[in-house]
Amino acid sequence: METLLNHITPAQLAGIRADFPILSRTVHQATDGSQGKPLIYLDNGATSQKPRAVIDALAHYYSFQNSNIHRGIHRLSQEITVVYEKARETIQKHLHALHAHEIIFTRGTTDAICLVASSFGKRFITSGDEILITEMEHHSNILPWQQFCEEQGAVLKVVPVTENGALDLIAFGILLGKKTKLFACTHVSNTLGTINPVKELIRLAHANGTAVLIDGAQAVPHMHVDVQDLDADFYCFSAHKTFGPTGVGILYGKEKWLNEMPPYQVGGGTIKTVTFAKTEYADLPLKFEAGTPHIAGGIGLAVALDYINTIGLDAIASHEHALLAYATPQLQAIPGLRIIGTAPGKASVLSFVIDGTHPMDIGTLLDQQGIAVRTGHHCTQPLMARFGIPGTVRASFAFYNTMEEVDKLEQAVRKAVKMLI
Amino acid sequence: MTIAETEREITEEFELFGSDWEGKYEHLIDLGKSLPLIDPNLKTDDKLIKGCQSKVWLHSALEGENVVYRADSDAIITKGIAGLMIRVLSEHTPNEIIDAKLEFIDQIGLKEHLSPTRANGLVSMIKQMKMDALAFKLNAS
Ligand SMILES: Cc1ncc(COP(=O)(O)O)c(C=O)c1O
Repeated sequence: METLLNHITPAQLAGIRADFPILSRTVHQATDGSQGKPLIYLDNGATSQKPRAVIDALAHYYSFQNSNIHRGIHRLSQEITVVYEKARETIQKHLHALHAHEIIFTRGTTDAICLVASSFGKRFITSGDEILITEMEHHSNILPWQQFCEEQGAVLKVVPVTENGALDLIAFGILLGKKTKLFACTHVSNTLGTINPVKELIRLAHANGTAVLIDGAQAVPHMHVDVQDLDADFYCFSAHKTFGPTGVGILYGKEKWLNEMPPYQVGGGTIKTVTFAKTEYADLPLKFEAGTPHIAGGIGLAVALDYINTIGLDAIASHEHALLAYATPQLQAIPGLRIIGTAPGKASVLSFVIDGTHPMDIGTLLDQQGIAVRTGHHCTQPLMARFGIPGTVRASFAFYNTMEEVDKLEQAVRKAVKMLI
Repeated sequence: MTIAETEREITEEFELFGSDWEGKYEHLIDLGKSLPLIDPNLKTDDKLIKGCQSKVWLHSALEGENVVYRADSDAIITKGIAGLMIRVLSEHTPNEIIDAKLEFIDQIGLKEHLSPTRANGLVSMIKQMKMDALAFKLNAS
């Protein structure tokens, strides 16, 4: 294999952008035929764009490979089962999991967390036990635990966030108690960009006998993740934020837990034998994969991971870091602009508010200039309450974004402010 | 001026801007800024319109025969849109309001320019205005 550069060269960046068909489109073409604005896509935290290789893999699957997996005796079914299981191995290698059967295909991060809350929860957490989460979690890593606690009489505890958007580690130490059965924490905050010290958190939790689920939805698209090195019990992410298809995601779980956990959803594909009296469930991973999965999606995810590995995660991280380092002071120089989330060592997320303006108005006026950002609470309402704001404007970068796009963002924000104030 | 006449007036105003997005939005922002301030006591949670990303308070009152609307929002463009709706519907009878066609919204391309979040907010706003008019009508009869 050729050695990868640890940065992205300008020529390489042009090539990368050409791999993403959507990046060459325009938005807001007027009905009178006047030209639209070139799309500047800075909403990668919500979902990332897809390279041609992924789009082609989906088309190829439906054109030439479509059949059901793990079921048929016929040639097509055998072929696609092999391809699908190879995709699982690609994902296993990417996360450096010990076994391929520790990789469970789900519908996404939300689905993966719901699986653990329901299945691990039922088996290992009882009334009076505690589940610890953090104030910066996405609703998808709050609601499943909140609901479980309400139903089972367990207690939900929350690690607070400090003023600059880091986790309050002293509070973590205090809240991690004898009854804490599970700690669920995001690797990277989708709203603040904070990268949590998950390896250390996991070590402390394990020393306390607490299992840990890491929400990697905003980490896997941007950095190396090694689940064995982290020693995570559960780790999940979404394909669609990782340059892959929508509707598919991954739950990594340590074999020892997954074997002990009851199936989550049940039905076709999850069994060895069924009689009306008793069902014997299949081994991992099929025990957790009820029904026909998103076959093309799983394959597409593996193609997406192969794609980012050809660029190299070191180069990606360094490019995104450069974008953030370039954008942060530029935006900060805009009068009245305040960045929410200034913890050291952030991922490429820039959330901000501007005195005297509403995030939605800024977002609308950026959109008119062809710039896609997200506005609002980013599914982290408790975090917004913590900072006492209704929401933020969030620009989130991916490796295909450019310094010129940062310049255009800055100009567009200045223009929006001028119009509004 | 009848509702239809105000609608026509607004359509003509916006036609002047053609495909100039800046002009359209500056106009909306100006409308938002010029909307009379409402009594802070009226900005209670029960006056909030659901379904908007920004906060929109709508206060309706029957003054004589006519419904008078007052609105505020924490987002200025939203406030401008509320201002447009007030210009069209306020100070008309409940029946006129209930029957208003509001074709100007499509004619000025308001919805296609708005993100779905905002377009939903607009729909909620109109629904609430009409509901309030209906309530006044039913109370009166
Ligand atoms: C940190 C985090 N967790 C979970 C999710 C939910 O992911 P999905 O909607 O793909 O299930 C998101 C998506 O915004 C996220 O940013």
